[in-house]
Amino acid sequence: MSIATATFDSSGPEAGPRSEDYLWTLNFGPQHPATHTTLRLVLKLDGERVVDALPEMGYLHSGFEKIGEHLTFNQYVTVTDRMNYISPMANNVAWHHAVEKLLGIEITPRCTYIRTIIAELARISDHLLCNGAVGLDTGAFTFFLYGFYQREVIYDIFETLCGARFTNSYTRVGGLSQDFTPLVIEKIRTFLRTFPKTLDDMERLLTRNRIFVDRTKGVGVLTKEEATNRSATGPVARASGVPRDLRKDEPYLAYADLDFQVCCASAGDCYARYLVRMQEMRESLKLVAQALENLPAGDINVGMDERVARPTKQQVYSTIEGTISHFELSMANRSFEVPCESSYAAIEAPNGELGFFIAGDGSDKAYRARCRPPSVLHFAMFPHLIRGHTLSDVVAVLGSLNIIAAELDR
Amino acid sequence: MPFTPPSVDDVLTGLTDRFGAMESSVFRDQTRVVVPADASYDVLAWLKDKGFDLLVDVTCVDELENREATRRYGLVYLLASTTTNQRLTIRVFVDDPDPTVRSVVPLWKGANWLEREVWDMFGIRFTGHPDLRRLLMPEEFTAHPLRKDYPLQGRGERHNFPVITRDHS
Repeated sequence: MSIATATFDSSGPEAGPRSEDYLWTLNFGPQHPATHTTLRLVLKLDGERVVDALPEMGYLHSGFEKIGEHLTFNQYVTVTDRMNYISPMANNVAWHHAVEKLLGIEITPRCTYIRTIIAELARISDHLLCNGAVGLDTGAFTFFLYGFYQREVIYDIFETLCGARFTNSYTRVGGLSQDFTPLVIEKIRTFLRTFPKTLDDMERLLTRNRIFVDRTKGVGVLTKEEATNRSATGPVARASGVPRDLRKDEPYLAYADLDFQVCCASAGDCYARYLVRMQEMRESLKLVAQALENLPAGDINVGMDERVARPTKQQVYSTIEGTISHFELSMANRSFEVPCESSYAAIEAPNGELGFFIAGDGSDKAYRARCRPPSVLHFAMFPHLIRGHTLSDVVAVLGSLNIIAAELDR
Repeated sequence: MPFTPPSVDDVLTGLTDRFGAMESSVFRDQTRVVVPADASYDVLAWLKDKGFDLLVDVTCVDELENREATRRYGLVYLLASTTTNQRLTIRVFVDDPDPTVRSVVPLWKGANWLEREVWDMFGIRFTGHPDLRRLLMPEEFTAHPLRKDYPLQGRGERHNFPVITRDHS
């Protein structure tokens, strides 16, 4: 069945007796500035009102899960960078969080804190782009530029940290690729000092802006029951009143030690999702500040006895254990001890619950590396959210769901 | 007295009372239950009723290269509760030549695209699914790429690109 003959789901509020004659079809995407990424919507319109929408995806499908079965746990982190490229650090953390759960590795306190800091910085940069794009699509260009400038600052921090701005590949099994340097800490402190002012400016620009509120309030309403039933997670679910946040519910990394609040709203519309994201950035700032002040000293990688993280060059050249450990980890068939089991672990990524279901078969490659992408489940509910609204609301709803096609298609 | 939710073990006891003995195991604090394919829908409906209201993921593992496996496809249903934050993994094993399982879209609308992806990637049919089309691969694609007998490279790449030869340029 091709897309042209695919039947629209007519069980929505617009179902009932109607003449199909005057309905017209609009092809939205795959290349359209307001989709931001490569996805396609076939809209059925009654004048300017959307009667139904048929999302179509797969234009960016690159077989990431198949590649995951052929790359080692450390190599695959480069592929996770390219999933949600708005916040690659969060994907890195999610992937190795899942791998370490499968292998049963306990990472060092310093590593948990550093991972917490970078995951929260990634959340800020993701929310800045998402909210910025909602503003951009509803006509607020300045707001978008304010957000994008601050993303640039976060990119600079990541560049100082690991040398890459965009595709960081920062984490490793049992640790990290590099430690925080004083310069990185100073840059994060500067960001913590300067960013709240920008955030205030952004809120003053848009939160009570009449045009923006009119464009987003009451648009794309997702009720609490529907949110759970349609497997919504993250800000989308929280904006609908589902108080589910894995950072609180299943505390991983250092979140159990830190003080923060889960941001919720009850309206479930585009405006509520915008507000939740704005508020979450403030909570993330609190988290980064606390984690940075309490950053424990010590190693970033697990010890040599565990034989998962590469020893330092100093250890390799001066101790026999270091040499052996380095050699064993470099050999293809002598790497990690992987159980013939499967496990699932998820983190609260900026977009929602980002989890990996990994099955191991004893080798250092995954037998199955399933990524649970929040974007797919959020995009699937798009027809439900848009029915009955106008064509101009399509971009507002699409932006507020934060659909990233690279994560959608993998 | 504060409300204490029933533990996962209690739920499992209730499950075996209702549906008979099932194989269950725990790995890294995750409880997994193997459910027969013909009972999967009823078990999931029962679990949804017992508080596992969030379907986190539906996926599949092709056990072709696993020597210990007896059935080929192991479906994975990851369930969670939004109130008690418990998690439960349901495994359903199906086999060639006609791997079929009942769709859970009537229970969770979120399962729609997840099941479409499993059909697309593994070729498992979900009976009762309202719209079982391919999700990621093009419509005319014939294989199921995440099966273990599908190679990483060399097959199906640019399958719909026209091959222009010297005679037909």
